[in-house]
Amino acid sequence: MTKLDAASRHDLTLHVNGRPQAVSVEPRTTLADCLRQELGLTGTHLGCEHGVCGACTVLVDGVAARSCLMLAAQAQRHQIETVESLAEGGQLNDLQQAFRELHGLQCGFCTPGILMTLTELLKYSPEGSEQEVRVALSGHICRCTGYENIVKAALATLAQRGASHGPR
Amino acid sequence: MGHADHAHIGQRVLRAEDERLLKGEGRYVADFEPAGTLHAAFVRSPYAHALIKRIDASAALAMPGVKAVIDAAQMAGYLDNLRMPLGWPSKDLPPDITPYVLTPSEVCFVGEPIVMVLGDSRYIAEDGAAAVEVDYEPLPVVADACAAVLPSAPKVRLEVPGNVLKEFSVGHGDCEAVLRDAPHVFREKFVQHRGGAHPMEGRGLLAHYEPQHATLMLWASTQMPHELQFTVAKALGLQDSMVRVTAPDVGGGFGAKFVIYPEEIAVAAAAYHCRQPVKWVEDRMEHFLAAIQERDQFWEVEIACAADGKVLGIRGSMLHDQGAYTPQGINCAYNAATAVTGPYSVPAFQLDVKVVQTNKPYVIPVRGAGYPQGTFVMERLLDRAARELGIDRALIRERNLVRKEQMPYTKPLKARSGRHLVLDSGDYLGAQQAVLQAVDYSGFRQRQQAALAQGRYIGLGFAHGVKGTGRGPFESGSVRVSANGRITVATGAMAMGQGLNTAMAQIAAQALAVPVQDVHVISGDTAHISMGIGGFASRQTVTAGSSVHLAALEVAAKIRRAGAHMLQVPESELQLAGGAVVLTADPSRRVNYADIARILRGIPGYDLPPGVGAGLEAVVHWEPTDMAYVHGFHACEVEVDPVTGGVTLLRYVAMHDSGTLINPMICEGQVHGGIVHGIGNALFEYMRYDEQAQPQSVTLADYLMTTATEVPRLEVMFTQSPAPSNPLGVKGIGEAGTIPVTSAIASAIDDALSDFKVRVTQIPVDPVWLAGQVADAERQALGQANT
Repeated sequence: MTKLDAASRHDLTLHVNGRPQAVSVEPRTTLADCLRQELGLTGTHLGCEHGVCGACTVLVDGVAARSCLMLAAQAQRHQIETVESLAEGGQLNDLQQAFRELHGLQCGFCTPGILMTLTELLKYSPEGSEQEVRVALSGHICRCTGYENIVKAALATLAQRGASHGPR
Repeated sequence: MGHADHAHIGQRVLRAEDERLLKGEGRYVADFEPAGTLHAAFVRSPYAHALIKRIDASAALAMPGVKAVIDAAQMAGYLDNLRMPLGWPSKDLPPDITPYVLTPSEVCFVGEPIVMVLGDSRYIAEDGAAAVEVDYEPLPVVADACAAVLPSAPKVRLEVPGNVLKEFSVGHGDCEAVLRDAPHVFREKFVQHRGGAHPMEGRGLLAHYEPQHATLMLWASTQMPHELQFTVAKALGLQDSMVRVTAPDVGGGFGAKFVIYPEEIAVAAAAYHCRQPVKWVEDRMEHFLAAIQERDQFWEVEIACAADGKVLGIRGSMLHDQGAYTPQGINCAYNAATAVTGPYSVPAFQLDVKVVQTNKPYVIPVRGAGYPQGTFVMERLLDRAARELGIDRALIRERNLVRKEQMPYTKPLKARSGRHLVLDSGDYLGAQQAVLQAVDYSGFRQRQQAALAQGRYIGLGFAHGVKGTGRGPFESGSVRVSANGRITVATGAMAMGQGLNTAMAQIAAQALAVPVQDVHVISGDTAHISMGIGGFASRQTVTAGSSVHLAALEVAAKIRRAGAHMLQVPESELQLAGGAVVLTADPSRRVNYADIARILRGIPGYDLPPGVGAGLEAVVHWEPTDMAYVHGFHACEVEVDPVTGGVTLLRYVAMHDSGTLINPMICEGQVHGGIVHGIGNALFEYMRYDEQAQPQSVTLADYLMTTATEVPRLEVMFTQSPAPSNPLGVKGIGEAGTIPVTSAIASAIDDALSDFKVRVTQIPVDPVWLAGQVADAERQALGQANT
């Protein structure tokens, strides 16, 4: 078995926000640090590095995951999406716009992770209830907002998408 | 002015900050990394109290990528003093109470920094820190503030004469006589814990010396950029102008960044000495170990009442756990003590306070700054008295509240400045009545009985809270019109998520009759304004807001004077509209701000317009004379599971008076966040230490913060009683939501469990303790039934 040490490097190709990206990282480099330091995607934030606060949440093959608990090397062959992928043509998407209009953010540090979890929720539970929204958000800690306006923004987006898709 | 389209104050203006933050384009300290940056990690004490016998850095220095290992002896060579200065110098405090930048010989709490390691990455720096060998000789530990005052207690630091840092008393009236003669006296003991601040972004600093400007650049996550500038400059023997602090996006403060830390001085000193960028971004465990906390207060109090519930006097003592050092002062203890009587008229009051040192991290105020604790004492005592006297909880408050018609009401208590505390404005009883109506207080007993019939224990609780906001001595605000006609505002106030920049833009836009989007606000950059105090004590909209308002009015006056000269008409015939000074009678005659700004920049060889002066700008440092008192009344409904002790919040309604609201949307958000911070303090957040003062809760999985599933919809209402003490009539908001929460929830739990006569006397409410109280009550009832 090969002994891993800090000096050895892994040359990886990651698929981030729809684009292949070549990186060279230590075996121990977390996905979060790789995204931030190697790829300059600093929208993904580190709030605890224990997998609890949720600030570093990204989508891995469409599923919300803690990028602080995942090694960059494990992300090879998976599709990674970060907060930087959300705005379409530089314009805030509907979820981001709802956050803006309903004051769903204050300091903005936890926001990217929350947006990614809600992106997953909107995809897989398009008729999500307030309770489902709160349960999805319970994997995130926000010190600023009290969650009130985050919940409102999520529900508004769910309602808007439901209306634009017509009755199911 | 006066046109509806220029009325920006009071509007729900969307925040200028948000688009970037939502796209992931926010820039926090961790996101900056100049080429050649060295990363810092700290070797921290694993003991709560020990002597450092030997430090061996050879293994660390031999590691590839480790560039330097700096201990206290080396650090001392970089600094004017290895010991931190006392943040707010005071003759009332003993000498030698501040922490060291790096501790030379004796560690006094777990997490205290001893050695700084610089490496090519944080990974490598942490490897290096782990490889530094330190030999310790453990010393006896003071883990318990109550035991710290016993004669047998070991010393928290070998240098201290005793563990009591400071004793003081606050009060008025003849408590002795009142308590002796009162018809009813009730005694209580309260244990109040508040954990840490826990902004989601921890502390952090990037320091980089730029030789071409002879300037040490600091990108800092701080609540006090100017204080950091002054402190670093002094420590390194530089003049202020050679240190520039820029706070980029700051991911929350809540008190954690309301002090200058040893780590910050160490990083700045290393960057200056090494002439290489040095960056330190703490991880969450470091925040648990070494960032400030508010922690523990132990209260023993008694309340004297007449039979009708009128409070005659309150007397007691409080012991405040300050931790191992005092970097800034003891305002948390002082605030708690002076906050007790809050919105009530209390004829006699006496509180004796002991500020005690323990081998734990130092205390600096967390959001609320002692006011929640003082409030909790008063509100709990009123609930107790109401229950004992058979008076409704709302009625006993009504009988003791300061009334609207008594405002301004001078309390016979003094702030640390020596000024009397004056409740300036508000209708406390009106808020109580409005909220109790909203929650259908009069119908609650019926609902409670109906729930009980289904085996559900629900309860309704409520509480008042007031806080003095807008602390001085000043805040800076400058307003400048650029040659493109747009407005730049700079302030020493600090944005850390509140929406400060948007609020300041609204204030300036209103005075200058321009769209809010035309105002660019710079906060937290010492290069843009020479003085500033910073973000804490719910002070910024009051102080910075007033300065920006007055500076904008000065600029507006200058525009009128220049316009009158240029149009050759009297000023009285002019008005400001659409970014121009306009002749009211003939709006086609106008001069744009841009043109005035260009002329006032000066054209070589030509005179400025007479009597106007150079530059279309003004700087104001408005000084408040009195605090602006905010008020909140909260009511909540809870359900308690008497078997598990679990508490579920069913409904939460609050009414706040923060005077004139600049932006109601932002104000609602501030109250939401404040309430949920308080919910954490009431039910979840507990920084646990063992008997050796070893921290036991050092992840967010152990230390519980409130999440979305524990919070009901928050219903927030406002009344607006303008503060008389500032030109905008504003009051603070940031901490307001937190103040009454623990009291309201405790009251609701008592109410839910009134059959068991449970009284909440400690927070956070531990479900095991609560279930135990119920079980004890049941056993007692069973025992009585059997005899």
